[in-house]
Amino acid sequence: MRKDRAFRFLLLLSGILIIILLSGIFLSLVFSSIPSIKEFGIKFLFSKSWDPVNNQFGAVPFIIGTLLTSIISLLITIPFSLSISIYLSEYLKNKTISKILQTLIELIAGIPSVVIGLWGLFILSPFIRNIQIKLGIPPIGVGIFTASLILSIMIIPYSASIGKEVLSLVPDEVREGAISLGATDFEVLKGILLPFSFKGIFGGFVLSFGRAFGETMAVTMVIGNANRIPTSIFSPGQTMASLIANEFTEATSTMHLSSLIEIGLILFIISMLINILGRVIIRRVSF
Amino acid sequence: MEKEIRKRVLIDIVFKKIVTIFTYLSIIPLFLIIYFVMARGLKYINLRFLTQLPKPMGEVGGGIFNAIVGSFIIVGIASLIAIPIGVISGIFLSEFKDSKISEFIKILVDTLQGIPSIVIGIIAYLWIVKPLKHFSALSGSIALSIMMLPIIIKSTEEILNMVPNEIKEGAIALGAPYYRVVLKVLLPYGFVGILTGILLGISRILGETAPLLFTAFGNQFLNFNIFKPMSTIPYVIFVYATSPYKEWHNQAFAASVVLIIIVLSINLIGRFFEKRWKT
Repeated sequence: MRKDRAFRFLLLLSGILIIILLSGIFLSLVFSSIPSIKEFGIKFLFSKSWDPVNNQFGAVPFIIGTLLTSIISLLITIPFSLSISIYLSEYLKNKTISKILQTLIELIAGIPSVVIGLWGLFILSPFIRNIQIKLGIPPIGVGIFTASLILSIMIIPYSASIGKEVLSLVPDEVREGAISLGATDFEVLKGILLPFSFKGIFGGFVLSFGRAFGETMAVTMVIGNANRIPTSIFSPGQTMASLIANEFTEATSTMHLSSLIEIGLILFIISMLINILGRVIIRRVSF
Repeated sequence: MEKEIRKRVLIDIVFKKIVTIFTYLSIIPLFLIIYFVMARGLKYINLRFLTQLPKPMGEVGGGIFNAIVGSFIIVGIASLIAIPIGVISGIFLSEFKDSKISEFIKILVDTLQGIPSIVIGIIAYLWIVKPLKHFSALSGSIALSIMMLPIIIKSTEEILNMVPNEIKEGAIALGAPYYRVVLKVLLPYGFVGILTGILLGISRILGETAPLLFTAFGNQFLNFNIFKPMSTIPYVIFVYATSPYKEWHNQAFAASVVLIIIVLSINLIGRFFEKRWKT
């Protein structure tokens, strides 16, 4: 009996450890951001200048960079991941091909982000540069658009797998009912399946957005690392995550380091909120 | 009437075509990435590259032996930390699934998984690097173990939830104490599934770079001391790729080939096991 009690205690302890871990993460971030929070207050979120030399720090260029890259990448992702979800769960009847396709799509998610970044830097960027030359815009190659493309490659597998799962939750009776009334596959999809699973698919996109929001390495390598507000979708920029990756080891002053950690705190809070929101939406769908 | 039907069928066919095309388009990047990385990296891979240390900046030749060793040490220690805690927490979540506290912890685990990897890097910096006053392999391992934890917890929980109640009840009816039911019945039953989670977790953290930038940092030399900075394969790829040297760019591609082969094989082995317990 005593062993039993000890065992139950150990289980409970592991659960409590998770609580301690997460609160520890949050408190450490807050605590180390204090110098910057004290100095800049709420202005930190509205100031455009990031100037380590004069110890002036504001997050606006990076908030905009992060929002731009994640929104554009999500927009690119939507048609692809919707198609994959629909194709795999509704159209493709051949089990073997379906398995192969699914494995290939999931393998993309398995490629390390730094390798995708390397590919983006040396193969995709020169390609984009050629297009920019043809379009007559400054040929930089790296920038917001390239980063968004890379991000969408990385989040398509994620949102597609959620979408497929949600679609497969729709009961077959509903499908069959519509088909027996004479609806074409497309009409079943438009009239029944998509409205039925809309929330789940939407939740999946919210979670994918969260992924794109915090992705670091690949973005750092192709975004151009310019600490200013991007003027077009082709101009170089900086996201919150890439800023930390670039400057953290070089930060010498306390204020610089503390400001970077405050950026990390903002990243933490936003990605936590996005995550919880996405999961709440999806959980409502699961029957 | 006839016309109307024909129009509906046509829309259906066109839509199907579009969906099919988009699906196949989305796997093209996989082939493009693997093809170009292999095309540029494969020719630099030889025994020398895998077994030698890096040459000083600008000199031709040299290898990534220190980074390969470093990756295995750092990921190994991270696994030693994350696996026991993760499995036990997974058991907790699955065994107490109706309690309020496990409901709450489940949300925390999801949150933990959603934390950007660079933020985990900051945490390991604040917890380990700052008090010890220098970069260390240990801090990198701590960062990676935090990233691995939610993956193991979730897969353990998921597989244990699939164990039929009859099996558990049978063991209890035979008079087995609770801890033996878990250790001798539930865990062996879910072993393959838990192993899948562990393998997927390892393949995930093997490729992580962001949490190592300011924790394990990097090291030109072969190092076995976990309190000193240590190089890893993904870190080398990043540093070499962003350097101005052509020779290093080539080595970054070669190192990527090594990393992709290791990561994807572990990933595929994990998937193979996954198929076995899911069917």
